[in-house]
Amino acid sequence: MADSIPLTGPIDLTSTPKARPLTLEVLHAWVTTVDHKKIGLMYIGYALVFLVIAGLEAIVMRLQLAVPENSLVSPQVFNRMFTMHGTTMVFFVGMPILFGFGNYVIPLMLGARDMAFPRLNAFSFWIAAFGGLLLYFSFLGGDGLYGAGTAPDVGWFAYAPLTAKIFSPGHSTDYWTLGILLSGIGSIGTALNIVTTIICMRCPGMKLSRMPLLVWLYFVTCCMVFVAVSPLTAAQIMLLIDRYLGGHFFDTQAGGSAVLWMHFFWIFGHPEVYILVLPAFGFANEIIPVFARKAIFGYPAMVAASVAIGFISLSVWAHHMFTVGLGPGANTFVALATMIIAVPTGIKIFNWIATLWGGNIRFTVPMLFCAAFLFQFLIAGLTGIMLGAAPFDWQLSGSYFVVAHFHYVLVGAIVFTLFAAFYYWYPKMSGRLMNETLGKWHFWLFLIGFHLTFDFMHIPGILGMPRRVYTYQLDRGWGIWNLIVSIGVIFQVLGVGCFVCNLLRSYFKGAVAGPDPWDAWTLEWSTDSPPPVYNFAAIPSVQSRRPLWDLKHPEDPDSKYEL
Amino acid sequence: MSGFILSEFGHFGLRMDIAHQWLLLVPSWLTEGRTSIFAPKATPAQLVFGLSMFVLAIAAAIFLATGGILAYVLIRYRRRATDSEHEPPQIYGSNQIELSWTVIPIIIIVVLFLTTARVIFNTEYATKPDAALDVVVIGHQFWWEFRYPKLGIVTANELHIPVSDPQHPTPTYLEMSSADTDHSFWVPQLAGKTDVIPNRVNVMWIDPQSPGLYLGQCAQYCGTQHAKMLLRVYAQSPNDFDAWVAEQRQPAKASTVDGQAVFLRNACINCHTIAGTIAKGRFGPDLTHLAGRDTIASGAVQNTPENLRKWIDNPDRMKPGCLMPAMHLNDRDLTAVVFYLTTLR
Amino acid sequence: MSTISITPRDQSWITPSRGVVGILCLIAAESAVFIIFVVAYIFYLGKSISGPSPRDVLDIPIVGTICLLSSSLTVYLAVGALRRSKVGLCSLWLAATVLLGGIFLAGTALEWRQLIYKDGLTIRTNLFGTTFYSLVGLHAAHVVVGLVMLALALVFALRSSVTEANAERLDVLSLYWHFVDAVWVIVFTVVYVLGR
Repeated sequence: MADSIPLTGPIDLTSTPKARPLTLEVLHAWVTTVDHKKIGLMYIGYALVFLVIAGLEAIVMRLQLAVPENSLVSPQVFNRMFTMHGTTMVFFVGMPILFGFGNYVIPLMLGARDMAFPRLNAFSFWIAAFGGLLLYFSFLGGDGLYGAGTAPDVGWFAYAPLTAKIFSPGHSTDYWTLGILLSGIGSIGTALNIVTTIICMRCPGMKLSRMPLLVWLYFVTCCMVFVAVSPLTAAQIMLLIDRYLGGHFFDTQAGGSAVLWMHFFWIFGHPEVYILVLPAFGFANEIIPVFARKAIFGYPAMVAASVAIGFISLSVWAHHMFTVGLGPGANTFVALATMIIAVPTGIKIFNWIATLWGGNIRFTVPMLFCAAFLFQFLIAGLTGIMLGAAPFDWQLSGSYFVVAHFHYVLVGAIVFTLFAAFYYWYPKMSGRLMNETLGKWHFWLFLIGFHLTFDFMHIPGILGMPRRVYTYQLDRGWGIWNLIVSIGVIFQVLGVGCFVCNLLRSYFKGAVAGPDPWDAWTLEWSTDSPPPVYNFAAIPSVQSRRPLWDLKHPEDPDSKYEL
Repeated sequence: MSGFILSEFGHFGLRMDIAHQWLLLVPSWLTEGRTSIFAPKATPAQLVFGLSMFVLAIAAAIFLATGGILAYVLIRYRRRATDSEHEPPQIYGSNQIELSWTVIPIIIIVVLFLTTARVIFNTEYATKPDAALDVVVIGHQFWWEFRYPKLGIVTANELHIPVSDPQHPTPTYLEMSSADTDHSFWVPQLAGKTDVIPNRVNVMWIDPQSPGLYLGQCAQYCGTQHAKMLLRVYAQSPNDFDAWVAEQRQPAKASTVDGQAVFLRNACINCHTIAGTIAKGRFGPDLTHLAGRDTIASGAVQNTPENLRKWIDNPDRMKPGCLMPAMHLNDRDLTAVVFYLTTLR
Repeated sequence: MSTISITPRDQSWITPSRGVVGILCLIAAESAVFIIFVVAYIFYLGKSISGPSPRDVLDIPIVGTICLLSSSLTVYLAVGALRRSKVGLCSLWLAATVLLGGIFLAGTALEWRQLIYKDGLTIRTNLFGTTFYSLVGLHAAHVVVGLVMLALALVFALRSSVTEANAERLDVLSLYWHFVDAVWVIVFTVVYVLGR
C-alpha cells in the first residue's frame, strides 16, 4: 500500500482555543446550516418532539377506550385525536426521523463530505418542518360553520367524500392537506438528494456492490418516494380543486368516484409503509452483524430482496380495498401479489438469523432492540399474510386486528430498530456513549408495554371491534381487552421516559466514546466522534464492503472472499 | 373450474365438518362474543372461518419454526465471559441454503394463494337462488335504511330476514349504496364486511341458518357518530318473518292523539316518513312502525318512552354530533309526541 | 488506531454528474404526479353527467404542439452551442426556445378563453371540465416554470455571464424542458386524439 499515513484524528492546525459562542450565534448556525449532520440532527430532534405529541394523542385515545361507554372526551375530540395521531406519526415522526438518520449517516458511510445538494437539503427540512407546524396550527386557527373546524378529523387517510366541503366544512381538512403537501415536497427533495448522493458521491473504490446495506435500503426507499409520494401530492391537489374551485374529482353527486380517492391514496399509502420500514431493515443490517461479530449473510440476496420488495410493494395497494367490491379478479391478483412479498421478506429474516448463527453475540442495548425486532417483525409479517388472504381480510379489515398489525410493524419493527439505531449511532453523533443500565430499563419496560398493548389488541379485532370508534357498547365483551391494551401504555411511557433521560444525561455525563466504540466496520467509524464538519481529513478509498475490517484484519480481508 | 364454484347453497358437506372441528381448537373466549368472527352462523362467515383457520395454522407453524430457531440462535451463540477475543469465522453466504429458503416459502405461498382464491370465487360468484330475498341497504350518516322493494316495506336500523334452510336456501341479498359518505356493513357472525359507497352499488349475501339476533356496526369511518351506527339483524323463522312483513306493510293506524298533530305540524315531517300521513321526509329513518323496534338511535339505546323523550328533546346529548337537531318542544308537546310514537306498532 | 490509505484521487473513479441524476429524479417524481392526473382524465372520460364533451369543444392544437416540440430541438442546439463556447449562438437558440414556448402558452390561453366564454366549459362545469383544466393546467404551469428558467438563462447568456463551464447546468435545464415536452406528447395524445 503506497503512501499510507497513520490517521489518528482530524488535521487541526489551529492552536488558539476558540471563545465560547453566543447563544444567538449558535442558533444562527443551526438555522442557516447546510451541513448534513446538523440537518440530520434537526430532523431527528423535530421528530422526537412530535413523537411525544402524537404519543399524548394516543394516550388520550387509550384513556377514552379503556372502558366501554366512556365519556372522557367527546366524539369530536376523539376523532381529531386519531386523525392527528396517525398523520403526525407517519409524516412528522416517521419520515423526518428516517430522513434524519439517513442524512447523518449516509455521506459518512460513503466516504463523502456532504450530501449532493446541501442547500436543497436545508430547504427540504425547513419546508417539511413548516408543514408540521401548519398542521398543528389547526388546533388554534381553524374556523368554519357551526364552530366546526380546528384540527382535522377525517382520519389519516381522509376518505372522500367525507373530505368534501359539505361533509367537512371549515378549514380543518385543508390544514391536513396543506401540511402533508409541504411535507411531501420536503420528502421528494430529500429523496432526490439521497439518491444523487449515493450515485454520485461514493468514495473511490466503493462500487455499488460494496456499499453498506443501509445505503442500499435508503436507495430503494428514496426511489420509492418518487413513485409513491407524488400520487398523494396529485390527489391532494385534486382535493383542493374540489374544495375550492368547484371541481368534481371526488364529487359523487356529479358522477365522481369515492373509490378513485382510495386508489390514489393507497397507491401512495402502501409503498409509504415500505418507505418507513426499509430504513429500519437498513439499521438492522448494520447493527446485527457488528454485535454478532459476523459479516451479513448473503449480501447479494439482501440487495435483491430489498429491490424486489420495493417493486412488488408498488402493486399491492388494493389490498387496503378488499372490502370495496373490486371484483374477484382484482381481489385474487392483489392477494397473490401481497403474499409474494412474503418471499423476499422471509429471505431477509432468514439471512439475519444466518448472520447470528455461529456468531459471538454481544447483547448490548442496540442488540437487544434488534433481537426483539426480529421476533416482532416475524409476527407482524405473519399477521400481514393473514390480512392478505382476501376473505380473511373481509372480516379483519377496518377492525382492531388491522390496527394491531400495523402498530406491530410501525412500533415493533420500526421503532425498535430506531431505538437500536439511537443507541448505536449516538456515540458517533455526540462523542458520548449512552448509559447501558438505563438503556436496559428502557428496553424491558418498553418491551413489556409494547406486548401488553399490541399483542392483546388483536383480540378485540377478532371479536368484531371496528377501528376509529370513540366508544363501544358494554355488551360486546371488548372491555377487558381494551383495558389491558390501555395499561400497556403506562409501561411504554415509562420506557420512553428512560430513553429521553438517557439521551439528555449521556450528552453531559456519558463515557467518552472515541471514534469506534463498537469495533465496527463501516467508514463512519473511521472518523472522530462527533465527526468534524468536513467528515474526513482525506477522502478514503475502499477495496471491500467492510473497509475497517480489512484494516483490522489485514491477514483476512473481506476483499479476498467477497462474492 | 366447476369444482371451485359453489353451485348450491349449504353444500359444504366435508367443509362444514372441518369447520366445526376447527372450532374446537379456538378458545371459547374468542368465540363467545356476540360479534366474534370465529363464531360463524351463516355461509359467508363460515367460508371465511375455514380459510382463516387454515391460514392461522400455517402462520403458527412458521412462527414456531422460525421463532424457535431464532430463539435457539440467540441463546446458543451468545457471548460468554470465557470466550476468546478472536472473531468467529466469517461466512458470507451459501447458494444452496439461500435457494432452499426461497423455494420453500414460494411453495407455501402457492398453497395459501390457491386456497384463498377458491374462497374468493365461492363467495363472490355464488349463484343467486330464485327464492332469495332482496333488500336495498342505504347507508346514511349515522343510520341504516332498509328497503324491501318486492315487499313494499321501508324500515331502519333493525333488519329482519328469514332464516335459510340449507335444503331450500333463502338467502338475503343486500344491494348497498350510500346517501352520503363511505360506510361498511359488518355483522361478523354472518359475513365479512362490504363497503357501502356513494355512487356505487355493492352486493353481498347472508343466510343465517338459525333464528336469533345478530349484532354488528358500521366499519368504515363516516363522521362523528360512526361509533354508534349499529346493526341489528333479526333472523326469523319463515312464519315469524311473514308475520313481521304483514305488519310492516300496513300504514300507520289512523290516530287522533294530540301527538300526531304535534308531529305533523313541526319540522319532523321534513326528515321522517310515517306511511299514511303527510310526513314523507327521507333524510331520517322511517318511523311508521317505530314502536316495533327494540332500539332507537341506530341501536345505541333501548326503545323506551324515557329514552325516546330524551332523544327527541336533544339528540346531541345521547349521540353527540348526530344530524338530528334538537326539536325544542315544550313539555306538553314533547309528552304528546312521545306517546304518539309509542303507538306506532 | 487504524490507518486508511490515502491514495491520490483515482483518476479512473468516475461517477455520474450530480445535476443530471438530480433532475432525472425530479422528472421521475413529476412523472408520477402527471400519471395520476392522466389516469383521472381517462377514468372520467364519458362519465360526465351533463355539459360539453371533448368532441363538442376541443380543437387539435397543431400550431402550439409543433412550436413546443420544436423548442426541444432549439434548446438542444443551445446546449450544443454552449459546449462549443459559442455563447452568442447559444443566446440565439435560447431566445428561439423561449419564443416557441411562449407561442404554445399563448395558444393555450386562447383555447381556454374560447372554452370558458364561448363553450361554457369551466373547471366546475362537469367531470370533463375538472379533469381537462387540471391536467392541461398542470402542464402549462410546468411550461411557465421552464420558460422562466430559460429566460433567466437567456439573460445570463446575453450578458455574457455564461461560459462553457456552465454547459452542464444548461444541459440539466434542457432535460427538464425535454420532460415538459414529453408530457405534452402524452397529454396531447390522451386528450386531443384518443379522448375525443
